[in-house]
Amino acid sequence: MSTVLDPKIPAGPLKDKWDTYKNGIKLVNPANKRKHTVLVVGTGLAGGSAAATLAELGYHVKSFCIQDSPRRAHSIAAQGGINAAKNYPNDGDTVWRLFYDTIKGGDYRSREANVHRLAQVSNNIIDQCVAQGVPFAREYGGLLDNRSFGGAQVSRTFYARGQTGQQLLLGAYQAMSRQIGKGNIEMFARQEMLDLVVVDGKARGIITRNLVTGEYERHFADAVLLCTGGYGNVYYLSTNAKNSNVAAAWRCHKRGAYFANPCFTQIHPTCIPVSGDYQSKLTLMSESLRNDGRVWVPKQVGDTRKPLDIPEDERDYYLERRYPSFGNLVPRDVASRNAKLATDEGRGVGETKLAVYLDFADSIKRLGRDVIEARYGNLFEMYERITGDDPYKMPMRIFPAVHYTMGGLWVDYELQSNVPGLFVLGEANFSDHGANRLGASALMQGLADGYFVIPYTLGNYIASNSFDKLTGLEAEFAEAEQSAKSRIEKVLSIKGTKTVTEYHRELGRIMWDEVGMSRTTDGLKKAINDITALREDFWQNVLVPGEPTTFNKNLEFALRVADFLELGELMARDALEREESCGGHFREEHQTPEGEARRDDDGFTHVSAWEFGENGHQLHKEKLDFDNVQLTTRSYK
Amino acid sequence: MANSMNITLKVWRQAGPKAKGGFETYVVPEANPHMSFLELLDVLNEQLIKEGKEPVEFDHDCREGICGSCGVVIDGQAHGPQQRTACCQLHMRHYKDGDSIVIEPWRAEGFPIIKDLVVDRTSFDRIIAAGGYISANTGAAQDANSLPIAKADADLAMDFAACIGCGACVAACPNASASLFTAAKIAQLSLLPQGDPERKSRAIAMVDQMEQEGFGDCSNHTECEAVCPKGISVSAITKMRREYMKAVIG
Repeated sequence: MSTVLDPKIPAGPLKDKWDTYKNGIKLVNPANKRKHTVLVVGTGLAGGSAAATLAELGYHVKSFCIQDSPRRAHSIAAQGGINAAKNYPNDGDTVWRLFYDTIKGGDYRSREANVHRLAQVSNNIIDQCVAQGVPFAREYGGLLDNRSFGGAQVSRTFYARGQTGQQLLLGAYQAMSRQIGKGNIEMFARQEMLDLVVVDGKARGIITRNLVTGEYERHFADAVLLCTGGYGNVYYLSTNAKNSNVAAAWRCHKRGAYFANPCFTQIHPTCIPVSGDYQSKLTLMSESLRNDGRVWVPKQVGDTRKPLDIPEDERDYYLERRYPSFGNLVPRDVASRNAKLATDEGRGVGETKLAVYLDFADSIKRLGRDVIEARYGNLFEMYERITGDDPYKMPMRIFPAVHYTMGGLWVDYELQSNVPGLFVLGEANFSDHGANRLGASALMQGLADGYFVIPYTLGNYIASNSFDKLTGLEAEFAEAEQSAKSRIEKVLSIKGTKTVTEYHRELGRIMWDEVGMSRTTDGLKKAINDITALREDFWQNVLVPGEPTTFNKNLEFALRVADFLELGELMARDALEREESCGGHFREEHQTPEGEARRDDDGFTHVSAWEFGENGHQLHKEKLDFDNVQLTTRSYK
Repeated sequence: MANSMNITLKVWRQAGPKAKGGFETYVVPEANPHMSFLELLDVLNEQLIKEGKEPVEFDHDCREGICGSCGVVIDGQAHGPQQRTACCQLHMRHYKDGDSIVIEPWRAEGFPIIKDLVVDRTSFDRIIAAGGYISANTGAAQDANSLPIAKADADLAMDFAACIGCGACVAACPNASASLFTAAKIAQLSLLPQGDPERKSRAIAMVDQMEQEGFGDCSNHTECEAVCPKGISVSAITKMRREYMKAVIG
């Protein structure tokens, strides 16, 4: 039976909801906190900040990451910045404006109350990070500098060169390290969560595998925090780190947690294009480049001349042509889709024809090379290192790539999933970005969840519930461990002929072609069939070398790819079910005569939350109420 | 492919921490100049798996030169021949058809080998846990702009904060010293007013922990700066020494 989900949003005016909530929660006595153990899985911005903060409060925290150190989490790779409504530049920013831009940017498919809370705590994040010693960029007077970013008309982005994610993550990592040194956090690096353990209907533990020795461990606690990031690697090629995966979230899903809006993925327009079959991942170039670069392709299909040999009147600056008022600065989803259209028409450039030009020649002529170098020097250097081309002399070749996933496990206002005691933070949940995320908002959300939301909501859960003492010997633990073990034995025993990478690449091709920037009914149905067939073949024919009891990265990858092979099908199904176009989800059947996205607010102003069942997925809906903003059509013409 | 290169790899193989290791020679017949160095290892591993052999284990994650996971010694140089470049960002266009390349793990007492090219760098985490932070509990912070910091100091702090914790500095040092890693954090935090209250205890605790982890002393070879993918200056080490001396004496 399909049910309507209750997000448990506090009553009252939008701006008072978070205070109302905090005033009403139950608290845990300081002396009692240490008696409660909390498991935090993942050490990115969400997990790192949560672990540190909960340990500071006195909880006994166990933290887990798959890398060799908590500092490696993929939050580290974020370049651009972090938004906050400080209004230091005095340019008219307010909490309301940050809230509104984020809701609109998400194409009205996120929850008002969550997004407003995010905007409210954004300022505390900046204060906290500065106190930790995060070296944000400053003005000569010693005060903090801000810059502008996509989707906003104010300068509200704080940054640390092109390494904002790194510096924020190291801030959280250092706060965590302090608690590790004090013995308040037990750190388990190179440990992968293989299953969630639910006892009497509550999330009470996890099964992990020690990635060095292959040993299984049972960890039990009063709550589990899942902070394991997004699932962009289902596409094989993405800007995500190689180890980023959906496995922990998917295991929770299979234990009952609903997966919300899985088809909402962000494809970033400015990445370095694929150069060959060996390609293992894609590299993002900051979207700030579109401030001074002009995007174009040849007018003629099949034009193979070098870019500098193509005269001005034979070039098509298609973004400027189609969107005269925003030009090259249209939002990410629009820019990406238009690049795809150009290459679909056969007007792509470079060896593979899967790229468009981003040309700085006019800006260099107008501003001089020095100015461009000061603005983008590090990005130009990175581009040259990877491609071997000099972007000061030749236009860059760029193409869209999978970058972020807005979907994730369903959570209520307290960031609790529908499985009591399982909280989901950061990119792993679905809550704040709707159908399209604005730049510099991912870092904000990860830290908001970990530093300023979970300390309250977790406390309320712990104070409101009683917890039977566990030993780890309960039948639920034995069953979960056995199921993880059997899966590993099975995947190793197949000894087929195709490698894990071959399957992953094949899955990525299906996802990119049919569940990528542009989706159709036929394509999505085909994807579901193809993925099902590929998954069946995987379990018959995969070749995983090595032993279960040693360091074995191929085994780790095999298990993750197996989960992607299930998730991919659900993404296609969700995309098929959502008969509208919104944000990053573009259904060709639902477009305006000019080829722009057409939402269906009457039919789809809801969250689609999928429940796993042995006989197939069941769809539940959470209705999205917009009491404070008016739904409008985004136009960038 | 027209640009295809035949590359011979001599790779350190070691089954486990206590196993005896040694070099194995492999040939990758169709390397491509546009490949990254780690993609070359990916191709080698696919080849090995198909031949029924165990792939070469190496740490890697972001492949954008920022996470610090990857790191191998390539022909005697930590992260290979290109300056200020982690090996994930090194591309095969710097090699030519017929080249032979030797690949080894970081070698240091503080970095025991786990398997093949993978080492245990948790010693770095323990150095940070000893004092590489500013004690500021969540929620207690004042307004971010209430404490102005001169731009020059903030920029210099950022130069030191750029360390990715890969361990190349240790691998390149004849003493296997972790001085550049430890000093970069001490230097960053000592430049900021927020770091002032704990500067003495921090310098002593971190330097002591570095020694306990089995890393050697610095004797000014400055190989660390030469291989650092982020170009962290050895002036950090000068700062660390000054901070340590001031802490011990004053």
